[in-house]
Amino acid sequence: MSKLLIEGVSRVFPGVGGGAPTQALQPTDLTVEDNDFITILGPSGCGKSTLLRIVAGLDRPTTGRVLLDGQPVSRPGPDRGMVFQSYTLFPWLTVRENICFGLREKALPEARQKEIADYFIAQTGLAGFERHYPKMLSGGMQQRTALARALANDPKMLLLDEPFGALDNQTRALMQELLLGIWEADRKTVIFVTHDIDEAIFMANRVAVMSARPGRIKAIVEVDLPHPRHYTMKTTPEFSRYKAQLTEEIRAESIKAAQMEG
Amino acid sequence: MPLFEPLKPVSPRSRLVLGASFFALFFLAWAGFTLSGIIPPLFLADPLTTLKTGVTLFTEFNFLRDIGITVWRVVGGFVAAALIAVPLGVAMGAFKPVEAFLEPFVSFCRYLPASAFIPLLILWAGVGEAQKLSVIFIGSVFQIILMVAVIVGATRRDLVEAAYTLGADGGGIVKRVLLPGAAPQIAETLRLVLGWAWTYVIVAELVGSSSGIGHMIMDSQRLLDTGQMIFGILCIGVIGLVSDLLFKWLNQRMYPWAF
Repeated sequence: MSKLLIEGVSRVFPGVGGGAPTQALQPTDLTVEDNDFITILGPSGCGKSTLLRIVAGLDRPTTGRVLLDGQPVSRPGPDRGMVFQSYTLFPWLTVRENICFGLREKALPEARQKEIADYFIAQTGLAGFERHYPKMLSGGMQQRTALARALANDPKMLLLDEPFGALDNQTRALMQELLLGIWEADRKTVIFVTHDIDEAIFMANRVAVMSARPGRIKAIVEVDLPHPRHYTMKTTPEFSRYKAQLTEEIRAESIKAAQMEG
Repeated sequence: MPLFEPLKPVSPRSRLVLGASFFALFFLAWAGFTLSGIIPPLFLADPLTTLKTGVTLFTEFNFLRDIGITVWRVVGGFVAAALIAVPLGVAMGAFKPVEAFLEPFVSFCRYLPASAFIPLLILWAGVGEAQKLSVIFIGSVFQIILMVAVIVGATRRDLVEAAYTLGADGGGIVKRVLLPGAAPQIAETLRLVLGWAWTYVIVAELVGSSSGIGHMIMDSQRLLDTGQMIFGILCIGVIGLVSDLLFKWLNQRMYPWAF
Protein backbone atom coordinates (compact mmCIF):
# COMPACT_ATOMS: atom_id res chain seq x y z
CA MET A 1 0.00 0.00 0.00
CA SER A 2 1.37 3.39 -0.84
CA LYS A 3 0.22 6.66 0.46
CA LEU A 4 1.34 10.19 -0.21
CA LEU A 5 1.34 12.84 2.48
CA ILE A 6 1.87 16.50 1.66
CA GLU A 7 2.49 18.36 4.89
CA GLY A 8 2.64 22.14 5.06
CA VAL A 9 4.39 22.37 1.71
CA SER A 10 5.00 25.93 0.50
CA ARG A 11 7.24 27.43 -2.14
CA VAL A 12 8.72 30.91 -2.36
CA PHE A 13 10.70 31.81 -5.46
CA PRO A 14 13.47 34.34 -4.97
CA GLY A 15 12.88 37.74 -6.54
CA VAL A 16 14.23 38.33 -10.04
CA GLY A 17 16.77 41.14 -10.38
CA GLY A 18 16.44 42.32 -6.78
CA GLY A 19 12.64 42.24 -6.91
CA ALA A 20 10.42 40.94 -4.14
CA PRO A 21 10.27 37.16 -3.72
CA THR A 22 7.18 35.46 -5.14
CA GLN A 23 5.14 33.14 -2.99
CA ALA A 24 3.89 30.54 -5.46
CA LEU A 25 2.37 28.19 -2.94
CA GLN A 26 0.99 28.73 0.55
CA PRO A 27 1.52 25.95 3.08
CA THR A 28 -0.56 23.11 1.68
CA ASP A 29 -1.69 19.78 3.11
CA LEU A 30 -3.03 16.90 1.06
CA THR A 31 -3.30 13.16 1.56
CA VAL A 32 -3.47 10.89 -1.44
CA GLU A 33 -4.57 7.35 -0.71
CA ASP A 34 -3.56 4.27 -2.59
CA ASN A 35 -5.49 3.79 -5.86
CA ASP A 36 -6.78 7.35 -5.68
CA PHE A 37 -7.19 9.47 -8.79
CA ILE A 38 -6.99 13.06 -7.70
CA THR A 39 -7.06 16.04 -10.02
CA ILE A 40 -5.66 19.38 -8.97
CA LEU A 41 -7.72 22.11 -10.57
CA GLY A 42 -6.74 25.76 -10.53
CA PRO A 43 -6.34 28.92 -12.60
CA SER A 44 -3.04 29.46 -14.37
CA GLY A 45 -0.21 30.58 -12.09
CA CYS A 46 -1.81 29.15 -8.95
CA GLY A 47 1.16 26.95 -8.14
CA LYS A 48 -0.45 23.62 -9.06
CA SER A 49 2.45 22.61 -11.27
CA THR A 50 4.87 23.73 -8.56
CA LEU A 51 3.11 21.44 -6.10
CA LEU A 52 3.34 18.53 -8.52
CA ARG A 53 7.02 19.20 -9.21
CA ILE A 54 7.70 19.16 -5.48
CA VAL A 55 5.96 15.77 -5.22
CA ALA A 56 8.08 14.59 -8.16
CA GLY A 57 11.23 15.80 -6.39
CA LEU A 58 12.07 18.16 -9.25
CA ASP A 59 11.60 21.19 -7.01
CA ARG A 60 12.15 21.63 -3.29
CA PRO A 61 9.57 23.04 -0.88
CA THR A 62 10.51 26.18 1.06
CA THR A 63 8.69 24.75 4.08
CA GLY A 64 7.02 21.45 4.82
CA ARG A 65 7.67 18.02 3.41
CA VAL A 66 6.30 15.28 1.20
CA LEU A 67 6.17 11.71 2.47
CA LEU A 68 5.71 8.70 0.23
CA ASP A 69 5.07 5.56 2.29
CA GLY A 70 6.55 7.36 5.27
CA GLN A 71 9.76 8.23 3.46
CA PRO A 72 10.51 11.92 2.80
CA VAL A 73 10.80 12.82 -0.86
CA SER A 74 13.97 14.74 -1.63
CA ARG A 75 14.77 13.88 -5.24
CA PRO A 76 13.10 12.50 -8.34
CA GLY A 77 12.87 8.74 -8.61
CA PRO A 78 11.31 5.97 -10.66
CA ASP A 79 8.66 5.38 -7.98
CA ARG A 80 6.92 8.58 -9.17
CA GLY A 81 6.40 8.46 -12.93
CA MET A 82 5.73 11.78 -14.60
CA VAL A 83 4.18 13.00 -17.83
CA PHE A 84 4.85 16.63 -18.69
CA GLN A 85 2.80 19.10 -20.67
CA SER A 86 5.70 19.73 -23.05
CA TYR A 87 6.77 16.89 -25.30
CA THR A 88 9.65 15.27 -23.48
CA LEU A 89 10.31 12.14 -25.52
CA PHE A 90 13.99 11.65 -26.23
CA PRO A 91 14.23 12.64 -29.90
CA TRP A 92 17.13 10.26 -30.59
CA LEU A 93 15.18 7.21 -29.43
CA THR A 94 12.36 5.42 -31.23
CA VAL A 95 8.98 4.97 -29.59
CA ARG A 96 9.99 1.54 -28.31
CA GLU A 97 13.37 2.77 -27.06
CA ASN A 98 11.69 5.68 -25.30
CA ILE A 99 9.32 3.30 -23.53
CA CYS A 100 12.29 1.13 -22.51
CA PHE A 101 14.32 4.08 -21.16
CA GLY A 102 13.53 3.51 -17.49
CA LEU A 103 13.82 -0.26 -17.88
CA ARG A 104 17.28 0.18 -19.35
CA GLU A 105 18.28 2.40 -16.43
CA LYS A 106 17.19 -0.46 -14.18
CA ALA A 107 19.32 -2.80 -16.33
CA LEU A 108 16.45 -5.20 -16.92
CA PRO A 109 17.21 -8.07 -19.32
CA GLU A 110 16.43 -7.23 -22.96
CA ALA A 111 13.77 -9.91 -23.25
CA ARG A 112 11.92 -8.59 -20.22
CA GLN A 113 12.19 -5.02 -21.54
CA LYS A 114 10.64 -6.08 -24.82
CA GLU A 115 7.85 -7.91 -23.07
CA ILE A 116 6.95 -4.89 -20.93
CA ALA A 117 7.25 -2.47 -23.85
CA ASP A 118 5.01 -4.68 -25.99
CA TYR A 119 2.36 -4.69 -23.29
CA PHE A 120 2.26 -0.89 -22.98
CA ILE A 121 2.56 -0.32 -26.72
CA ALA A 122 -0.62 -2.37 -27.08
CA GLN A 123 -2.32 -0.71 -24.12
CA THR A 124 -1.70 2.83 -25.37
CA GLY A 125 -2.53 2.04 -28.98
CA LEU A 126 0.96 2.56 -30.36
CA ALA A 127 1.22 -0.70 -32.31
CA GLY A 128 2.77 -0.04 -35.71
CA PHE A 129 4.66 3.04 -34.48
CA GLU A 130 7.37 1.29 -32.47
CA ARG A 131 10.17 2.28 -34.82
CA HIS A 132 9.05 5.87 -35.32
CA TYR A 133 11.13 8.73 -34.01
CA PRO A 134 9.22 11.32 -31.93
CA LYS A 135 9.45 14.00 -34.64
CA MET A 136 7.42 11.71 -36.92
CA LEU A 137 4.54 11.52 -34.41
CA SER A 138 1.56 13.80 -33.76
CA GLY A 139 1.24 15.46 -30.36
CA GLY A 140 -1.32 12.90 -29.23
CA MET A 141 0.91 10.00 -30.21
CA GLN A 142 3.86 11.60 -28.44
CA GLN A 143 1.87 11.90 -25.21
CA ARG A 144 0.70 8.29 -25.56
CA THR A 145 4.35 7.30 -25.74
CA ALA A 146 5.21 9.51 -22.75
CA LEU A 147 2.40 7.83 -20.81
CA ALA A 148 3.58 4.36 -21.83
CA ARG A 149 7.14 5.32 -20.89
CA ALA A 150 6.03 6.38 -17.41
CA LEU A 151 3.80 3.32 -16.92
CA ALA A 152 6.44 0.86 -18.13
CA ASN A 153 8.55 1.74 -15.09
CA ASP A 154 5.70 0.48 -12.86
CA PRO A 155 5.84 3.55 -10.56
CA LYS A 156 3.95 3.67 -7.26
CA MET A 157 2.17 6.74 -8.51
CA LEU A 158 1.71 8.67 -11.71
CA LEU A 159 2.12 12.45 -11.77
CA LEU A 160 0.56 14.18 -14.76
CA ASP A 161 1.20 17.88 -15.36
CA GLU A 162 -1.49 19.01 -17.82
CA PRO A 163 -0.44 16.14 -20.09
CA PHE A 164 -3.15 16.82 -22.65
CA GLY A 165 -2.96 20.61 -22.42
CA ALA A 166 -1.31 21.07 -25.80
CA LEU A 167 -3.63 18.71 -27.67
CA ASP A 168 -6.71 19.59 -29.71
CA ASN A 169 -10.11 18.92 -28.13
CA GLN A 170 -10.89 15.67 -29.94
CA THR A 171 -7.50 14.14 -29.25
CA ARG A 172 -7.68 15.32 -25.68
CA ALA A 173 -11.06 13.57 -25.14
CA LEU A 174 -9.65 10.34 -26.58
CA MET A 175 -6.58 10.56 -24.37
CA GLN A 176 -8.75 11.13 -21.30
CA GLU A 177 -10.65 7.94 -22.05
CA LEU A 178 -7.44 6.07 -22.73
CA LEU A 179 -5.93 7.13 -19.41
CA LEU A 180 -9.14 6.43 -17.52
CA GLY A 181 -9.31 2.97 -19.09
CA ILE A 182 -5.77 2.26 -17.95
CA TRP A 183 -6.56 3.51 -14.45
CA GLU A 184 -9.75 1.44 -14.27
CA ALA A 185 -7.70 -1.63 -15.22
CA ASP A 186 -4.90 -1.34 -12.67
CA ARG A 187 -5.91 1.48 -10.31
CA LYS A 188 -2.53 3.11 -10.04
CA THR A 189 -2.47 6.19 -7.79
CA VAL A 190 -2.64 9.30 -9.98
CA ILE A 191 -2.22 13.02 -9.35
CA PHE A 192 -3.38 14.92 -12.40
CA VAL A 193 -2.93 18.68 -12.71
CA THR A 194 -5.27 20.55 -15.04
CA HIS A 195 -7.01 23.88 -15.53
CA ASP A 196 -9.86 22.24 -17.47
CA ILE A 197 -12.98 21.73 -15.30
CA ASP A 198 -14.51 18.98 -17.48
CA GLU A 199 -11.25 17.10 -17.48
CA ALA A 200 -10.87 17.48 -13.72
CA ILE A 201 -14.33 15.99 -13.06
CA PHE A 202 -14.27 13.30 -15.73
CA MET A 203 -10.96 11.83 -14.61
CA ALA A 204 -11.10 12.15 -10.85
CA ASN A 205 -12.30 10.49 -7.70
CA ARG A 206 -11.53 13.75 -5.97
CA VAL A 207 -10.91 17.24 -7.29
CA ALA A 208 -8.64 19.50 -5.26
CA VAL A 209 -9.47 23.10 -6.16
CA MET A 210 -6.68 25.59 -5.73
CA SER A 211 -6.96 29.27 -4.99
CA ALA A 212 -5.29 31.98 -7.01
CA ARG A 213 -1.67 32.87 -6.34
CA PRO A 214 -0.32 32.33 -3.80
CA GLY A 215 -2.01 28.98 -4.22
CA ARG A 216 -3.48 26.73 -1.62
CA ILE A 217 -6.07 23.97 -1.74
CA LYS A 218 -9.34 25.72 -0.94
CA ALA A 219 -11.74 22.80 -1.43
CA ILE A 220 -11.78 19.11 -2.11
CA VAL A 221 -14.76 17.82 -4.03
CA GLU A 222 -15.52 14.09 -4.05
CA VAL A 223 -16.65 13.00 -7.50
CA ASP A 224 -19.17 10.26 -6.94
CA LEU A 225 -19.62 9.12 -10.54
CA PRO A 226 -19.57 5.40 -11.35
CA HIS A 227 -16.77 3.60 -13.20
CA PRO A 228 -16.20 2.65 -15.96
CA ARG A 229 -16.82 6.13 -17.27
CA HIS A 230 -17.75 6.79 -20.84
CA TYR A 231 -17.50 10.12 -22.67
CA THR A 232 -21.32 10.36 -22.68
CA MET A 233 -21.09 10.93 -18.94
CA LYS A 234 -20.00 14.50 -19.65
CA THR A 235 -23.59 15.33 -20.68
CA THR A 236 -25.37 13.80 -17.66
CA PRO A 237 -27.12 16.00 -15.06
CA GLU A 238 -24.83 14.66 -12.30
CA PHE A 239 -21.79 15.75 -14.27
CA SER A 240 -23.36 19.17 -14.88
CA ARG A 241 -23.95 19.61 -11.16
CA TYR A 242 -20.28 19.01 -10.41
CA LYS A 243 -19.39 21.33 -13.22
CA ALA A 244 -21.63 24.10 -11.88
CA GLN A 245 -20.16 23.71 -8.41
CA LEU A 246 -16.54 23.73 -9.58
CA THR A 247 -17.15 26.56 -12.03
CA GLU A 248 -18.28 28.72 -9.10
CA GLU A 249 -15.24 27.73 -7.03
CA ILE A 250 -12.78 28.37 -9.82
CA ARG A 251 -14.42 31.52 -11.21
CA ALA A 252 -13.85 33.46 -8.01
CA GLU A 253 -10.19 32.46 -8.14
CA SER A 254 -9.77 33.28 -11.81
CA ILE A 255 -11.17 36.76 -11.19
CA LYS A 256 -8.71 37.23 -8.34
CA ALA A 257 -5.86 36.00 -10.50
CA ALA A 258 -6.83 38.39 -13.30
CA GLN A 259 -7.04 41.33 -10.90
CA MET A 260 -3.62 40.54 -9.50
CA GLU A 261 -2.10 40.59 -12.95
CA GLY A 262 -3.96 43.76 -13.96
CA MET B 1 4.77 31.93 -58.68
CA PRO B 2 7.37 34.43 -57.43
CA LEU B 3 10.98 33.27 -57.66
CA PHE B 4 12.02 34.84 -54.38
CA GLU B 5 9.73 33.91 -51.52
CA PRO B 6 11.23 34.13 -48.02
CA LEU B 7 12.42 30.74 -46.68
CA LYS B 8 10.81 28.82 -49.54
CA PRO B 9 12.87 25.66 -50.17
CA VAL B 10 14.33 24.80 -53.58
CA SER B 11 14.29 21.32 -55.11
CA PRO B 12 17.50 19.25 -54.83
CA ARG B 13 17.96 19.45 -58.59
CA SER B 14 17.78 23.25 -58.80
CA ARG B 15 20.04 23.42 -55.77
CA LEU B 16 22.68 21.41 -57.62
CA VAL B 17 22.27 23.43 -60.81
CA LEU B 18 22.43 26.76 -58.99
CA GLY B 19 25.47 25.72 -56.96
CA ALA B 20 27.32 24.44 -60.03
CA SER B 21 26.47 27.48 -62.11
CA PHE B 22 28.27 29.81 -59.73
CA PHE B 23 31.40 27.69 -60.13
CA ALA B 24 30.98 27.97 -63.91
CA LEU B 25 30.52 31.73 -63.65
CA PHE B 26 33.61 32.02 -61.50
CA PHE B 27 35.77 30.10 -63.97
CA LEU B 28 34.36 32.07 -66.88
CA ALA B 29 35.23 35.38 -65.22
CA TRP B 30 38.68 34.09 -64.36
CA ALA B 31 39.26 32.94 -67.95
CA GLY B 32 37.90 36.21 -69.29
CA PHE B 33 40.21 38.41 -67.26
CA THR B 34 43.35 36.35 -67.82
CA LEU B 35 43.03 35.10 -71.40
CA SER B 36 42.06 38.56 -72.66
CA GLY B 37 45.26 39.96 -71.12
CA ILE B 38 43.50 42.39 -68.75
CA ILE B 39 45.45 40.72 -65.93
CA PRO B 40 49.03 39.77 -66.90
CA PRO B 41 50.12 36.16 -66.27
CA LEU B 42 52.76 37.36 -63.80
CA PHE B 43 49.96 38.14 -61.34
CA LEU B 44 47.39 35.57 -62.26
CA ALA B 45 47.73 32.54 -64.51
CA ASP B 46 44.82 31.66 -66.76
CA PRO B 47 42.75 28.53 -66.04
CA LEU B 48 44.33 26.49 -68.82
CA THR B 49 47.91 27.17 -67.72
CA THR B 50 46.89 26.44 -64.16
CA LEU B 51 45.47 23.10 -65.20
CA LYS B 52 48.56 22.26 -67.27
CA THR B 53 50.98 23.12 -64.46
CA GLY B 54 48.74 21.12 -62.19
CA VAL B 55 49.19 18.06 -64.38
CA THR B 56 52.98 18.48 -64.38
CA LEU B 57 52.86 18.87 -60.60
CA PHE B 58 51.32 15.43 -60.37
CA THR B 59 53.42 13.75 -63.08
CA GLU B 60 56.84 15.29 -62.41
CA PHE B 61 56.87 16.65 -58.87
CA ASN B 62 54.97 13.92 -57.04
CA PHE B 63 52.38 16.43 -55.81
CA LEU B 64 50.19 13.56 -54.59
CA ARG B 65 52.74 12.97 -51.85
CA ASP B 66 52.46 16.61 -50.75
CA ILE B 67 48.70 16.34 -50.67
CA GLY B 68 48.93 13.12 -48.67
CA ILE B 69 51.27 14.72 -46.14
CA THR B 70 49.07 17.79 -45.72
CA VAL B 71 45.93 15.68 -45.31
CA TRP B 72 47.69 13.53 -42.73
CA ARG B 73 48.75 16.63 -40.79
CA VAL B 74 45.26 18.11 -40.79
CA VAL B 75 43.59 14.86 -39.83
CA GLY B 76 46.25 13.94 -37.26
CA GLY B 77 46.22 17.30 -35.47
CA PHE B 78 42.45 17.54 -35.71
CA VAL B 79 41.78 14.02 -34.38
CA ALA B 80 44.20 14.58 -31.48
CA ALA B 81 42.46 17.87 -30.66
CA ALA B 82 38.99 16.27 -30.89
CA LEU B 83 40.00 13.33 -28.67
CA ILE B 84 40.99 15.72 -25.90
CA ALA B 85 38.51 18.52 -26.50
CA VAL B 86 35.25 16.58 -26.81
CA PRO B 87 35.44 14.83 -23.42
CA LEU B 88 36.60 18.06 -21.77
CA GLY B 89 33.81 20.02 -23.43
CA VAL B 90 31.24 17.43 -22.35
CA ALA B 91 32.56 17.57 -18.78
CA MET B 92 32.36 21.37 -18.80
CA GLY B 93 28.86 21.40 -20.25
CA ALA B 94 27.59 18.77 -17.83
CA PHE B 95 29.27 19.84 -14.61
CA LYS B 96 29.19 23.50 -13.68
CA PRO B 97 32.19 23.39 -11.28
CA VAL B 98 34.35 22.02 -14.12
CA GLU B 99 33.04 24.80 -16.33
CA ALA B 100 33.78 27.46 -13.70
CA PHE B 101 37.29 26.02 -13.32
CA LEU B 102 38.27 25.78 -16.99
CA GLU B 103 36.08 28.16 -18.95
CA PRO B 104 37.97 31.42 -18.25
CA PHE B 105 41.33 29.87 -19.17
CA VAL B 106 40.06 28.14 -22.29
CA SER B 107 38.31 31.33 -23.43
CA PHE B 108 41.61 33.15 -23.03
CA CYS B 109 43.49 30.49 -24.98
CA ARG B 110 40.96 30.57 -27.77
CA TYR B 111 42.10 34.07 -28.70
CA LEU B 112 45.75 33.11 -28.90
CA PRO B 113 46.38 32.89 -32.65
CA ALA B 114 47.74 29.47 -33.57
CA SER B 115 50.01 30.98 -36.20
CA ALA B 116 51.74 33.14 -33.58
CA PHE B 117 52.88 29.96 -31.88
CA ILE B 118 54.77 28.76 -34.94
CA PRO B 119 58.16 30.34 -34.04
CA LEU B 120 57.88 28.99 -30.50
CA LEU B 121 56.80 25.59 -31.70
CA ILE B 122 59.76 25.43 -34.08
CA LEU B 123 61.98 26.17 -31.10
CA TRP B 124 60.32 23.47 -29.02
CA ALA B 125 59.57 20.80 -31.58
CA GLY B 126 61.81 21.61 -34.53
CA VAL B 127 60.47 21.78 -38.07
CA GLY B 128 59.25 18.20 -38.16
CA GLU B 129 55.78 16.70 -38.01
CA ALA B 130 55.34 17.36 -34.30
CA GLN B 131 55.45 21.10 -34.94
CA LYS B 132 52.88 20.93 -37.76
CA LEU B 133 50.53 18.77 -35.74
CA SER B 134 50.91 21.09 -32.74
CA VAL B 135 49.80 24.11 -34.76
CA ILE B 136 46.62 22.33 -35.87
CA PHE B 137 46.10 21.04 -32.36
CA ILE B 138 46.43 24.46 -30.72
CA GLY B 139 44.25 26.04 -33.36
CA SER B 140 41.44 23.52 -32.92
CA VAL B 141 41.42 22.24 -29.38
CA PHE B 142 40.18 25.33 -27.52
CA GLN B 143 37.53 26.10 -30.10
CA ILE B 144 36.14 22.57 -29.88
CA ILE B 145 36.16 22.56 -26.07
CA LEU B 146 34.13 25.74 -25.82
CA MET B 147 31.65 24.89 -28.56
CA VAL B 148 31.02 21.40 -27.18
CA ALA B 149 30.58 22.83 -23.67
CA VAL B 150 27.94 25.27 -24.93
CA ILE B 151 26.10 22.55 -26.87
CA VAL B 152 26.03 20.12 -23.94
CA GLY B 153 25.09 22.88 -21.51
CA ALA B 154 22.12 23.81 -23.69
CA THR B 155 20.51 20.37 -23.36
CA ARG B 156 16.77 20.72 -22.86
CA ARG B 157 16.11 20.76 -19.11
CA ASP B 158 12.77 19.00 -19.48
CA LEU B 159 14.48 16.00 -21.06
CA VAL B 160 16.89 15.82 -18.14
CA GLU B 161 13.96 16.06 -15.71
CA ALA B 162 12.06 13.35 -17.57
CA ALA B 163 15.12 11.10 -17.35
CA TYR B 164 15.38 11.70 -13.61
CA THR B 165 11.73 10.73 -13.09
CA LEU B 166 12.47 7.55 -15.05
CA GLY B 167 15.17 6.60 -12.58
CA ALA B 168 18.34 7.87 -14.25
CA ASP B 169 21.23 8.91 -11.99
CA GLY B 170 23.95 11.46 -12.79
CA GLY B 171 25.96 9.03 -14.89
CA GLY B 172 22.87 7.90 -16.77
CA ILE B 173 21.95 11.53 -17.50
CA VAL B 174 25.38 12.23 -19.00
CA LYS B 175 25.64 8.99 -20.98
CA ARG B 176 22.07 8.54 -22.08
CA VAL B 177 20.67 12.08 -22.27
CA LEU B 178 23.39 14.73 -22.62
CA LEU B 179 25.67 12.78 -24.98
CA PRO B 180 23.13 11.38 -27.44
CA GLY B 181 21.24 14.68 -27.45
CA ALA B 182 24.34 16.72 -28.20
CA ALA B 183 26.00 14.26 -30.61
CA PRO B 184 24.65 15.67 -33.91
CA GLN B 185 25.61 19.22 -33.02
CA ILE B 186 29.02 18.10 -31.77
CA ALA B 187 29.55 16.39 -35.12
CA GLU B 188 28.55 19.62 -36.89
CA THR B 189 31.02 21.54 -34.74
CA LEU B 190 33.80 19.13 -35.65
CA ARG B 191 32.95 19.60 -39.32
CA LEU B 192 33.24 23.36 -38.91
CA VAL B 193 36.54 23.22 -37.02
CA LEU B 194 38.00 20.79 -39.54
CA GLY B 195 37.54 23.58 -42.09
CA TRP B 196 39.53 25.96 -39.89
CA ALA B 197 42.24 23.32 -39.39
CA TRP B 198 42.94 23.55 -43.12
CA THR B 199 43.90 27.19 -42.83
CA TYR B 200 46.24 26.46 -39.92
CA VAL B 201 48.03 23.65 -41.74
CA ILE B 202 48.86 25.83 -44.72
CA VAL B 203 50.20 28.57 -42.47
CA ALA B 204 52.29 25.95 -40.65
CA GLU B 205 53.63 24.67 -43.97
CA LEU B 206 54.52 28.11 -45.26
CA VAL B 207 57.15 28.39 -42.53
CA GLY B 208 60.04 25.96 -42.22
CA SER B 209 58.62 23.08 -44.14
CA SER B 210 59.99 20.79 -46.82
CA SER B 211 56.79 19.09 -47.90
CA GLY B 212 53.03 19.60 -48.15
CA ILE B 213 50.74 21.80 -50.20
CA GLY B 214 51.76 24.95 -48.31
CA HIS B 215 55.44 24.25 -49.01
CA MET B 216 54.70 23.77 -52.71
CA ILE B 217 52.90 27.14 -52.79
CA MET B 218 55.89 28.77 -51.08
CA ASP B 219 58.29 27.19 -53.63
CA SER B 220 56.16 28.37 -56.53
CA GLN B 221 56.31 31.92 -55.24
CA ARG B 222 60.06 31.85 -55.59
CA LEU B 223 59.64 30.84 -59.23
CA LEU B 224 56.77 33.34 -59.71
CA ASP B 225 54.69 30.44 -60.95
CA THR B 226 51.18 31.75 -60.27
CA GLY B 227 49.73 28.74 -62.05
CA GLN B 228 51.18 26.35 -59.49
CA MET B 229 50.17 28.57 -56.60
CA ILE B 230 46.59 28.77 -57.76
CA PHE B 231 46.48 25.08 -58.48
CA GLY B 232 47.63 24.41 -54.91
CA ILE B 233 44.98 26.69 -53.49
CA LEU B 234 42.29 25.08 -55.66
CA CYS B 235 43.40 21.64 -54.47
CA ILE B 236 42.85 22.72 -50.86
CA GLY B 237 39.41 24.00 -51.80
CA VAL B 238 38.46 20.75 -53.51
CA ILE B 239 39.73 18.58 -50.65
CA GLY B 240 37.94 20.83 -48.16
CA LEU B 241 34.69 20.62 -50.09
CA VAL B 242 34.90 16.83 -50.43
CA SER B 243 35.70 16.29 -46.73
CA ASP B 244 32.89 18.66 -45.79
CA LEU B 245 30.35 16.77 -47.91
CA LEU B 246 31.63 13.48 -46.53
CA PHE B 247 31.27 14.72 -42.97
CA LYS B 248 27.78 16.04 -43.66
CA TRP B 249 26.71 12.79 -45.26
CA LEU B 250 28.11 10.79 -42.36
CA ASN B 251 26.30 12.98 -39.81
CA GLN B 252 22.99 12.55 -41.58
CA ARG B 253 23.52 8.80 -41.73
CA MET B 254 24.47 8.57 -38.06
CA TYR B 255 21.78 10.87 -36.69
CA PRO B 256 18.68 10.37 -38.81
CA TRP B 257 16.47 11.65 -35.99
CA ALA B 258 18.12 15.08 -36.00
CA PHE B 259 17.93 15.98 -39.70
